[in-house]
Amino acid sequence: MNVNQSAPPVPPFGQPQPVYPGYHQSSYGGQPGSTAPPTHYGAYNGPVPGYQETLAPGVSRAPPSLGAPPATTAQTPCGQAAYGQFGQGDVQNGPSSTVQMQRLSGSQPFGSAPLAPVVSQPTVLQPYGPLPTSSQVTAQLAGMQISGAMAPAPPTLGLGYGSFGPGRGPQPNYGSPYPGAPTFGSQPGPPQPLPPKRLDPDAIPSPIQVIEDDRNNRGSEPFVTGVRGQVPPLVTTNFLVKDQGNASPRYIRCTSYNIPCTSDMAKQAQVPLAAVIKPLARLPPEEASPYVVDHGESGPLRCNRCKAYMCPFMQFIEGGRRFQCCFCSCINDVPPQYFQHLDHTGKRVDAYDRPELSLGSYEFLATVDYCKNNKFPSPPAFIFMIDVSYNAIRSGLVRLLCEELKSLLDCLPREGRAEESAIRVGFVTYNKVLHFYNVKSSLAQPQMMVVSDVADMFVPLLDGFLVNVNESRAVITSLLDQIPEMFADTRETETVFAPVIQAGMEALKAAECAGKLFLFHTSLPIAEAPGKLKNRDDRKLINTDKEKTLFQPQTGAYQTLAKECVAQGCCVDLFLFPNQYVDVATLCVVPQLTGGSVYKYACFQVENDQERFLSDLRRDVQKVVGFDAVMRVRTSTGIRAVDFFGAFYMSNTTDVELAGLDGDKTVTVEFKHDDRLNEESGALLQCALLYTSCAGQRRLRIHNLALNCCTQLADLYRNCETDTLINYMAKFAYRGVLNSPVKTVRDALITQCAQILACYRKNCASPSSAGQLILPECMKLLPVYLNCVLKSDVLQPGAEVTTDDRAYVRQLVTSMDVAETNVFFYPRLLPLTKSPIESTTEPPAVRASEERLSDGDIYLLENGLNLFLWVGASVQQGVVQSLFSVSSFSQITSGLSILPVLDNPLSKKVRGLVDSLRAQRSRYMKLIVVKQEDKLEMLFKHFLVEDKSLSGGASYVDFLCHMHKEIRQLLS
Amino acid sequence: MATYLEFIQQNEERDGVRFSWNVWPSSRLEATRMVVPLACLLTPLRERPDLPPVQYEPVLCSRPTCKAILNPLCQVDYRAKLWACNFCFQRNQFPPAYTGISEVNQPAELMPQFSTIEYVIQRGPQSPLIFLYVVDTCLEEDDLQALKESLQMSLSLLPPDALVGLITFGRMVQVHELSCEGISKSFVFRGTKDLTAKQIQDMLGLTTPAMPMQQARPQEHPFVSSRFLQPIQKIDMNLTDLLGELQRDPWPVTQGKRPLRSTGVALSIAVGLLEGTFPNTGARIMLFTGGPPTQGPGMVVGDELKVPIRSWHDIEKDNARFMKKATKHYEMLANRAATNGHCIDIYACALDQTGLLEMKCCANLTGGHMVMGDSFNTSLFKQTFQRIFSKDFNGNFRMAFGATLEVKTSRELKIAGAVGPCVSLNVKGPCVSENELGVGGTSQWKICGLDPTSTLGIYFEVVNQHNAPIPQGGRGAIQFVTQYQHSSTQRRIRVTTVARKARFLVSPECKPGTNSGTVSWADAQSHLRHIEAAFDQEAAAVLMARLGVFRAESEEGPDVLRWLDRQLIRLCQKFGQYNKEDPTSFRLSDSFSLYPQFMFHLRRSPFLQVFNNSPDESSYYRHHFARQDLTQSLIMIQPILYSYSFHGPPEPVLLDSSSILADRILLMDTFFQIVIYLGETIAQWRKAGYQDMPEYENFKHLLQAPLDDAQEILQARFPMPRYINTEHGGSQARFLLSKVNPSQTHNNLYTWGQETGAPILTDDVSLQVFMDHLKKLAVSSAC
Repeated sequence: MNVNQSAPPVPPFGQPQPVYPGYHQSSYGGQPGSTAPPTHYGAYNGPVPGYQETLAPGVSRAPPSLGAPPATTAQTPCGQAAYGQFGQGDVQNGPSSTVQMQRLSGSQPFGSAPLAPVVSQPTVLQPYGPLPTSSQVTAQLAGMQISGAMAPAPPTLGLGYGSFGPGRGPQPNYGSPYPGAPTFGSQPGPPQPLPPKRLDPDAIPSPIQVIEDDRNNRGSEPFVTGVRGQVPPLVTTNFLVKDQGNASPRYIRCTSYNIPCTSDMAKQAQVPLAAVIKPLARLPPEEASPYVVDHGESGPLRCNRCKAYMCPFMQFIEGGRRFQCCFCSCINDVPPQYFQHLDHTGKRVDAYDRPELSLGSYEFLATVDYCKNNKFPSPPAFIFMIDVSYNAIRSGLVRLLCEELKSLLDCLPREGRAEESAIRVGFVTYNKVLHFYNVKSSLAQPQMMVVSDVADMFVPLLDGFLVNVNESRAVITSLLDQIPEMFADTRETETVFAPVIQAGMEALKAAECAGKLFLFHTSLPIAEAPGKLKNRDDRKLINTDKEKTLFQPQTGAYQTLAKECVAQGCCVDLFLFPNQYVDVATLCVVPQLTGGSVYKYACFQVENDQERFLSDLRRDVQKVVGFDAVMRVRTSTGIRAVDFFGAFYMSNTTDVELAGLDGDKTVTVEFKHDDRLNEESGALLQCALLYTSCAGQRRLRIHNLALNCCTQLADLYRNCETDTLINYMAKFAYRGVLNSPVKTVRDALITQCAQILACYRKNCASPSSAGQLILPECMKLLPVYLNCVLKSDVLQPGAEVTTDDRAYVRQLVTSMDVAETNVFFYPRLLPLTKSPIESTTEPPAVRASEERLSDGDIYLLENGLNLFLWVGASVQQGVVQSLFSVSSFSQITSGLSILPVLDNPLSKKVRGLVDSLRAQRSRYMKLIVVKQEDKLEMLFKHFLVEDKSLSGGASYVDFLCHMHKEIRQLLS
Repeated sequence: MATYLEFIQQNEERDGVRFSWNVWPSSRLEATRMVVPLACLLTPLRERPDLPPVQYEPVLCSRPTCKAILNPLCQVDYRAKLWACNFCFQRNQFPPAYTGISEVNQPAELMPQFSTIEYVIQRGPQSPLIFLYVVDTCLEEDDLQALKESLQMSLSLLPPDALVGLITFGRMVQVHELSCEGISKSFVFRGTKDLTAKQIQDMLGLTTPAMPMQQARPQEHPFVSSRFLQPIQKIDMNLTDLLGELQRDPWPVTQGKRPLRSTGVALSIAVGLLEGTFPNTGARIMLFTGGPPTQGPGMVVGDELKVPIRSWHDIEKDNARFMKKATKHYEMLANRAATNGHCIDIYACALDQTGLLEMKCCANLTGGHMVMGDSFNTSLFKQTFQRIFSKDFNGNFRMAFGATLEVKTSRELKIAGAVGPCVSLNVKGPCVSENELGVGGTSQWKICGLDPTSTLGIYFEVVNQHNAPIPQGGRGAIQFVTQYQHSSTQRRIRVTTVARKARFLVSPECKPGTNSGTVSWADAQSHLRHIEAAFDQEAAAVLMARLGVFRAESEEGPDVLRWLDRQLIRLCQKFGQYNKEDPTSFRLSDSFSLYPQFMFHLRRSPFLQVFNNSPDESSYYRHHFARQDLTQSLIMIQPILYSYSFHGPPEPVLLDSSSILADRILLMDTFFQIVIYLGETIAQWRKAGYQDMPEYENFKHLLQAPLDDAQEILQARFPMPRYINTEHGGSQARFLLSKVNPSQTHNNLYTWGQETGAPILTDDVSLQVFMDHLKKLAVSSAC
């Protein structure tokens, strides 16, 4: 057999083999075209450094008035030419898909625009370089602008500043940059002769640069939360937090830290007001976890009217006898046992002794009033429910899992320094019927109880099902030894699903405790039972109005079930091991609504996926979880939490009910105005989470955050956080696909983005030519990130993306925090051999674009779920040898998932880096080695998000052009 | 000629049959005049150590509607090798195997002493015995422990190839899989949900999924079922351990609640399991329960303790809200089990009622046992249970399964029905009467479980019209054919053929005639005398009682009593000798003399009186009454009282309050209870400890004598009676006092002027009063 014909080692994503060739052809066929542009770029790149050099002295901006008038006429043809070329390139490069055509036609008006060249001028991120501190950045509110290459238009030319809107007079600070402007003004000279044909990718805002800058500027000193409305450092920056009255950004991040005072302003700006809340976020070891406050039998002190909890913003008056609620202004009596005198500033004398008066985040011990049925909860339980149908047995999953559980059960989460975990465990196996196990410590052998009445599920035993691990260890071990044997010869291929969850839930109900189900499931549940599913995967639906059905659950049964689970505090974690379509969209409903996690291992094989699965499992079992939780977000009068995104269930409009909530789960909350806000008092958020700890203690975790309010839109734009914004927008869009066609969702995103930017342009930026694209400083990455969202698998699936994958990703994103969405949408690409081998820090990332890859290098790419090691074709032999222990590039196994352990600095470093990347993410990323020009490279290229994607996603540059056009349309 | 008494006894010995009338009325009219119907008590499997079964198959009459079996009453033409069926008069050829037949070389079935004969069927697969234990786990710890031990013990008594299964229930129902190694496996069912047989079989995985494959591998069938029913030799240890590990139902029972007990579903699953795996094979479902079903189908009472379980009072007031539904459920199960030849035993041990009233049909319709006790931890239960596995002289279990009883009659008789542990097979035929007595409308009944004492009452109707009577001296014949699965797993057929002569009672046109050497007679009066003499008052009393009890199940108590009274009065009118309107002249012949007394005690018996008995107790008593043989039945109707004193050897005394004397020890056997009662003086002596003094050894012996006798009864009786040892003034003495004829009560004690005996505090009428009334009514012409 021909070696070349052998299949790639692992078809990632389990896509059918035939897809490859097609994919292959089209891409390689286009290769000549795609190689062409770099030469242009090369030409372009020339002037840039020079330009930057000139700027370096600190001339960060050019005055708007700068520029040579005559260019106007010349400009137009230039622009057209530029466009023309662009268009050609497109046609050559991309597969001829309808999407492409759309883009083409979409860009036409742009081409005909009078000031087409807008985008072509190599723009520099002037403000950043010279500005040392963040405060300066905010003070200057530097915007960025991309101006025409010719930059000749008199008023508009030059770099449009992200200025603060017309209302503002020049500020003193501006003085210094301005003088520098003339030098810039002279600059247009040199670019002019250059063919301004293409937008220089280096000239457009670079996420890498922004991240780097933020790291450099803000990573060094701790972020102190004392001041209201402070924008925290980016999620990509390592920083310490000092809680001085506001919740750490690890708990809450907002899209904007300055909220418009009126709803009109908010509507005008279109900037979503949202907070991404991660109530149980894990903190770095240097930061203390929230203090636990015990107010004894009376329970936490609350406002009588709005029930807000005591917090640092409450105003004590009348000598401390009363306090005024900072949320609803109600005046409450201070109970005698809580009374304390005030000092001369009106502050309680004991303010700093009490966490609830001085910190942004703290916990109250809840009283029995806060418990279900007015009874203190019993410790939660974990139930492991294992699919033992033919597929699960054959893939080796059951054996692997049982073996792992034996040791994993020692690592159940425990509270604080508790000796042993209070959590009890139970075991169920199932195929078409369910098998419960009695593992009571007094038994010599476990007992199996089969329930075949799947239509009407119930729990067959009480005593002996949920047990303490240490007491029943012998029986459990015996059980885990026997499970793989018992079912070794099974021929049962059908499985049930809903009854399994039902059973777990009933078990918890019978034991009167909350808990978590760990479901290990392999196939579409087609056995006759409630929640039975049929295969409805239909690729023909993609890009039709019916596409949304692919994301919707097949049956309402799972919602009902989830509701019951939530009522019982039963959280469901689902591990899927599908070989084919399993309808993730439906299976995920319960985990999603109960605050659980879903893990998917397509075509699971022990040899290849063991590490990943076990690592995820270990982490999932060990992580600290709050059970039976209710979250409520209270706000000061004027705004109101109106919409919630995440993995939870809501039975009314205010309470977020979470059967389980772990440190990775995030809830995104959107706020809307219902009244005017006051600039002086700002806006307050209080997120209260009532939950049962893993030792069965009922607690309330409170996070407070004070935001500023503004009457000037510029203040809003100055205090925004793009990462959070993207988090919100992605979640909004991903929810949108349930109800609207994907195209509608995409268009809405683009429109909103354009509106945001147009509003800025109109109200905040200093007047400039319409041909200029002016972006607010805080949002200059919005287009690139948004583009990533738009071309993500959910919103624009490629041919190789399965329906299940899309549903899976959609589900994942819903509860991602800001850091996760950030890297998920814009993957990190780390060159491995560029930096000296001795350096211990992470190598600086490069932009996710193919043209950033040099074939003599090795790169790591990660997005929080996937990890690729890309090996350039002409990488040094020594490097190959020391990393892969093979002599040449051609001998590297493509698709390799484990790097050989070699005793040399490079190997150690790379493996160390892989490990540290994995440690940063909540899920284990399986490594895939990709060789340049290899089949697998297509998969890898999918993550180079600045490039045009095969599925029709625009390249960054194209999208920016398109965005500009949209803005201009809005403005005109 | 031997007396009728001997004749009756001999017949009973040989055939296990006792007729109410040993001479039959010759026409329908005469039959009705005789008041007590023509009926018999049949003990189909009466132990016959002297009757070895023949190892061939019976010869059947070739007429399809008849199929009677060749018997000694058939006329045989030895030369032509022909025999005439004595039921349909069809002439039949002997089968080839009988070619050597001649007057001197007769097959056993033609010999008169083999009027009862047993055939062993060799063909067909032999299926093992099946025992399915259905065990309640909602018991007290020591009760459960005792039950577990009993069950473990029983395993050692079973034949090694018997299949056993185990179902336990409490709030849930668990069907234990017995085949697996290591982990013990069970299928669990919700206790509240009624499942169809199909569902149960599906859920237990008993149905083969691929339908077309089914025919291809029928031999795999036993393999599938064997997961739950395993040969005892294979899983003896396993099951012993499993039973040992049985825990009390773990679901918490809160204060003021009954444990949730899913008896209804458990039984339903047991029936469904056997139905699916071993239809038409002898099997015993043994239900051990320690309380009433409190949930699901068949629930008898809710789980609230404050609501007591239904009493007769509630039932009369129509306040027993679960009764009808539950009864229906169990009836449905019983019928299903009966259809498949499986019998259901109920062992109910609890201080309170356990719902036997509702569940009784399970045992009654399938021929199962019903045992009622206070606790599993009593010798009553333990020994009774052990006795179920007792063996006969051949080392075979005294139990038989899946029997069908077919009755064939000669054409002057028709079958009116049967009363006993049977269900109708609804086989209509020419010999089935339209008038039903008991379970009628059929000539065949199914008796799923029976033992050597199981006795059915079978009622007949004489159909000849008065103007076309049975020829004088003509012999009516009845053939009882019982096909059953012997405990040695053989299929056997026992055939009993009996014939009795018919006589005219009053036959104006009749002329004396002679007939084939039998008794001839002179006039109408002598006919009557003949008939009188052929009256078996014991059998008649039991047969009438059975009818009464059968009616009592569906009718109001007083109605039944009235009916019995009327029958008695009519009988006395018919057969008494008296002058009109002169009660003192009333006389009954010897063969009728005891009958009114039986009726008197029957009226007072717990079978017809529900006062002082719970519905469960009534059901329990009636159950046993409907299946015990004549002797035991009579004891039930009229308990036996023995007296022990220094005045002479132990002697039976009248069941009368006058028998209760201070210097006597009484031993009363009511079948359900054995009461030893020490008279006042004896009790005092014992208290004083005379029995321990060497010089009063005779007193010691006196005390010991009833104990020994009681032991003897206890040894033989099934179920074990309640053993009561009491004395004068003891609280348990009530058992004795409630049974004796209250000849001395607080009402008449002093008027009688006697100091002997013990007055009974009751308003019940005494036998004397009863008899006086009877006489009065019998002689009155108004009636």
